[in-house]
Amino acid sequence: MEQTNEMMIEFDSRSCNESFARVAVAAFMTQLNPTLEEVADVKTALSEAVTNAIVHGYENEIRKVTVTCSIAGQVLTLNVSDSGVGIADIAKAMEPLFTTKPDTERSGMGFAFMEAFMDDVQVESAVGKGTSVTMKKRIGRIAGEYHD
Amino acid sequence: MEDFFKINGTDLTVFLPAELDHHNAEKIKQGSDRLIQNNNIRRIIFDFRRTSFMDSSGIGMIMGRYKNIRFMGGVVAAVHVNDRILRILTLSGIYKVIDIYEGLPEQSQMF
Ligand SMILES: Nc1ncnc2c1ncn2[C@@H]1O[C@H](COP(=O)(O)OP(=O)(O)OP(=O)(O)O)[C@@H](O)[C@H]1O
Ligand SMILES: [Mg+2]
Repeated sequence: MEQTNEMMIEFDSRSCNESFARVAVAAFMTQLNPTLEEVADVKTALSEAVTNAIVHGYENEIRKVTVTCSIAGQVLTLNVSDSGVGIADIAKAMEPLFTTKPDTERSGMGFAFMEAFMDDVQVESAVGKGTSVTMKKRIGRIAGEYHD
Repeated sequence: MEDFFKINGTDLTVFLPAELDHHNAEKIKQGSDRLIQNNNIRRIIFDFRRTSFMDSSGIGMIMGRYKNIRFMGGVVAAVHVNDRILRILTLSGIYKVIDIYEGLPEQSQMF
């Protein structure tokens, strides 16, 4: 049977918690025996989603961000959720360089980094309800050793 | 905060923190803009020697400083850039407008 494991953390949408979330997920994923590069990829993607929840979802109001992290076999699944403003046009939001906050020096690269560093990125969102970003990445030192 | 910055003539060196995320990028923004205005800075050198993590908030911070200093005819460089940071700089496209060095400009080749 495939090994499974799951953890969930919930924290205030303060920018100082971004590093806390990265460290928590990095520690949880060590059981997959990842390479340093895989850990860095996951930390970057997670940081993007958590930062988006804080700066866009809640627009710097202090509410709760939830991070769920699960493992099934060699696949790591991350979910970052907020119950903030939501996204009207998800396809548009995911285009590289698209940002609704150019005035605060956002570069519109967050989703592009999530897609570059993870195998799969899915976004569900409803205006006024919130946003849920689910990302998957297969972790394994030897390419081709694991099969779907 | 002060140990993040060093001024030498019209050069401002910014010694970036270990993790350049949204939280730390905001601090660097505020500190550096004040120094750039008050000291007639013409070149901003972002020193990544301590930095192992950067996300899009770091890119936004560098891009913002680049846009400001470009108006005054200034330039931006990145030094002590490791492979991970180089990958992020390349993916973001910002490598087109700043000079990137593996070590210091006088010691190493530009990427
Ligand atoms: N959790 C969220 N809640 C509401 N809107 C969001 C959320 N995440 C992303 N968005 C929207 O999608 C856009 C694109 O997000 P993305 O992370 O790609 O770029 P950015 O955050 O604007 O800039 P960067 O990530 O480079 O700082 C945002 O500008 C915002 O409008
Ligand atoms: Mg973003």
